[in-house]
Amino acid sequence: MDAKKEIWVFAEQENGKLHSVVLELLTKGRDLAEKSGYTLCAVLPAADGAPLQQELFNHGAKKIYALTDPKFTEYQNDYFSKAVSDLILAESPSIVLYGATIIGRSLAPTVAVMVYGGLTADCTELDFDTEAELLLQTRPAFGGNIMATIICPDHRPQMATVRHNVFKKEPVSDSESGEVVEAAVDISDVPERMKKLETIEEMIETVDLNAADYIVSGGRGIGKPENFEIIRGLAEALDAAVGASRATVDAGWISHHHQVGQTGKTVCPLVYVACGISGAIQHLAGMQTADLVIAINKDADAPIFDVADFGLVGDLHEIVPEFAKQLNAIRGK
Amino acid sequence: MNIVVCIKQVPDSDKVTIDRETNRLNRAGVPSIINPFDENALEMALQLKEKHGGQITVVTMGPPQAEEALRSALAVGADKAILISDRKFGGADTWATSYTITLALKKLEEPADIILFGKQAIDGDTAQVGPGVAHFYGVPIITLIREIEVSDTSFKVKQVTDTGFNLWEIDRPAAFTVVKEANELRMPSLKKKLAAKKAEIPTWGVEDLGAEMEKIGLSGSPTKVNKVFAPPIKMNKEVLDGEPAEMVNVLLHKLRERKVL
Ligand SMILES: Cc1cc2nc3c(=O)[nH]c(=O)nc-3n(C[C@H](O)[C@H](O)[C@H](O)COP(=O)(O)OP(=O)(O)OC[C@H]3O[C@@H](n4cnc5c(N)ncnc54)[C@H](O)[C@@H]3O)c2cc1C
Ligand SMILES: Nc1ncnc2c1ncn2[C@@H]1O[C@H](COP(=O)(O)O)[C@@H](O)[C@H]1O
Repeated sequence: MDAKKEIWVFAEQENGKLHSVVLELLTKGRDLAEKSGYTLCAVLPAADGAPLQQELFNHGAKKIYALTDPKFTEYQNDYFSKAVSDLILAESPSIVLYGATIIGRSLAPTVAVMVYGGLTADCTELDFDTEAELLLQTRPAFGGNIMATIICPDHRPQMATVRHNVFKKEPVSDSESGEVVEAAVDISDVPERMKKLETIEEMIETVDLNAADYIVSGGRGIGKPENFEIIRGLAEALDAAVGASRATVDAGWISHHHQVGQTGKTVCPLVYVACGISGAIQHLAGMQTADLVIAINKDADAPIFDVADFGLVGDLHEIVPEFAKQLNAIRGK
Repeated sequence: MNIVVCIKQVPDSDKVTIDRETNRLNRAGVPSIINPFDENALEMALQLKEKHGGQITVVTMGPPQAEEALRSALAVGADKAILISDRKFGGADTWATSYTITLALKKLEEPADIILFGKQAIDGDTAQVGPGVAHFYGVPIITLIREIEVSDTSFKVKQVTDTGFNLWEIDRPAAFTVVKEANELRMPSLKKKLAAKKAEIPTWGVEDLGAEMEKIGLSGSPTKVNKVFAPPIKMNKEVLDGEPAEMVNVLLHKLRERKVL
C-alpha cells in the first residue's frame, strides 16, 4: 500500500464556475495537509480549466492535475469516472475528497468500485490520525441517532464526500501559485452510452434548499396551510429559503420540494429557523449540521430544543411575525 | 422487459435509540421496514411492467428475516424474489455489498434490461450501492430519476437536480436510482398477499454465487467503523422566554453579536 502523500480534491465545475464546495474542501484540506504533511492537490477535469486554476491555488491547492477534453464540458458519469479512476490508479493518492453534490454522489461511488478504494458518504467531520496515518471520517448514521467514525485501513485511496456548507471556505490570499500537471487522460475508447439532452430549470419559488444560507421551516405547529405565509414573511425578511417538515408535506400544505429531513433534503445552512416543528429524529437528520439553529415552539420540552442554539418558547403566530417585523425594521425594509 | 429492483430491509429509524452509556444502538424489538426509497423504485417497476410487460425480480441482501421485505414486494406485484444471505456476507460495506449483489444479478436466468435502486438506504444514507452495482454489472447509471420513458434501445429519464431536472437519453440496459417524488407505492392486494406468503424464495449464499472470499463481508470491505458515539447535544444553548417582542429583540441582539446577521 504505497500511496503518494497527496490529498486530492475533486474540482467540480459547471459552466466555467467552480462549485463552492470545492473551495470549502480545499480550505479543510489545508488543515489536513498541515497535520499530515501531505500535499494538497486539485483534480480539474474541464474542457478548458485554465481560468479556474487561480481560484484553486488561492484556496490552498499546491498542485493541480488538469484533465482536458471537450467531453468534460458537462458531467457524464462514464467519462468522468474513467478519467478520475485512471488518474488515481496512475498516481495513487492517499486521500480523495468530493463534494456530496449530485455529481459527486454519482462519481465517487463509481470511482470507489473501479479502484477498490474506501468511500464514506456525507462526512460532517474530517480529521487525520498522525500515528496511524489514517483519515478519520465522521458522519451521522441511522437517521442521525448515532455518529460513526469510519476509517479505511488497508485500501487506497481513502475517499469521502462532504456536503456543501459543512466546512467554510477561506482563501489563503488572492495571489497564490502552484504547479499544474497536464495529466494524460484518454477517454476516446469510452463508448457514449448516455447523453444529456436538456437541462430544465423549474423555479418553484425559492426552494433551492441546498444552496441556501438561511432557511426558515414550518411544521404542523403552524396550524393550517395558509399560515405558510407567516413562514414566507420571515423568510423574505431573512433572504431565506422555505423548508418544511414531513407532516406538513404529507398534509398537502406545501410541495415536497420543501421537505427537510431523512426522506427530504439534508441541508446545512448558516442559520436554520424551525417554527412549530417538534424535532423528530428524521427531521433532525436533515438539519442538525446547520451552523446555528433557532427553534420556535410552544412546548418547552420539544426535542427540537436539543439541537437549538436559541430556543424561543411561545406561540409562533406571535413570535414569527414579530421576528420578521423587527428584522425588516433593522434592515430598513 | 426484465426489471430488477434492489431493496433493503432497514430498522424503522423512529424506534431506534442510542444507549448514551454504551454508545450502542438499542435495536432489540425495533421493527424492520422496506427502505422507504426502495418503495419508489418498486412502484416504478410495477408501472413499467403495466405499460410494457415483462417481469419484476426483487433482490435483497441481508439476514434471513430480510425475506419479509421480499414477501411484501411480492404482495404488491413483483414476480420473483431472491434473498442473498450468508453469515460470511456480514459486515459488508457498500463496496462489498455492490460486489455481492452484482454476482446475484449475473446469476439470474435472464439478464436485466433495467436495474432500479432507491435513492439511498435510510440506515446508512450512502447512496453508493446503485452506482457500485451498475459498474460491476457493466451498465451505465443515472442517479435520482423521477420519470422514465422506454423505447427499444434506450431510455429517456428525468434526473432531479437542485433547481429542476436534466433530461438524459441512455442505452439499454441501464441502472437508475429513484427519488421519492416519482410515485407512491400501491397497497398490496389480498390475493397477491396470500400468494406471497407461500412463494418459494431461493436463498443464495457464498457458494451459490461463487464469491471470492477476500471481496465479501467485513474483510472485503475497504471501510471499517472505528467508533460510534452519541451525537453531541448543544451545550450552550439559550432558551428565551417571555413576551414575543422582547424575546425577538434579545434574539436579534445576540444574532448580531455572533455576526450571523
Ligand atoms: C421513515 C420515516 C421518514 C421520515 N422522514 C421525515 C423527513 O424527512 N422529514 C420530516 O420532517 N419528518 C420525517 N418523518 C416524520 C417525523 O417522524 C415526524 O412525524 C415529523 O417530522 C413531524 O412533523 P412536525 O414537527 O411538523 O409535526 P409535530 O410532530 O406534530 O410537531 C408540531 C410541533 O408544533 C408545536 N406547536 C403547535 N402549535 C404551535 C404554536 N402555535 N406555536 C409554536 N409551536 C407550536 C408543537 O408543540 C409540536 O412540537 C419521517 C418518518 C418516518 C417513519
Ligand atoms: N443489502 C442490500 N440489498 C439489496 N439492495 C440494497 C442493499 N443495500 C443497498 N441496496 C440498494 O441500494 C440503494 C442505496 O443504498 P445505500 O448505498 O446503502 O444508501 C438502496 O436504496 C437499495 O436499492
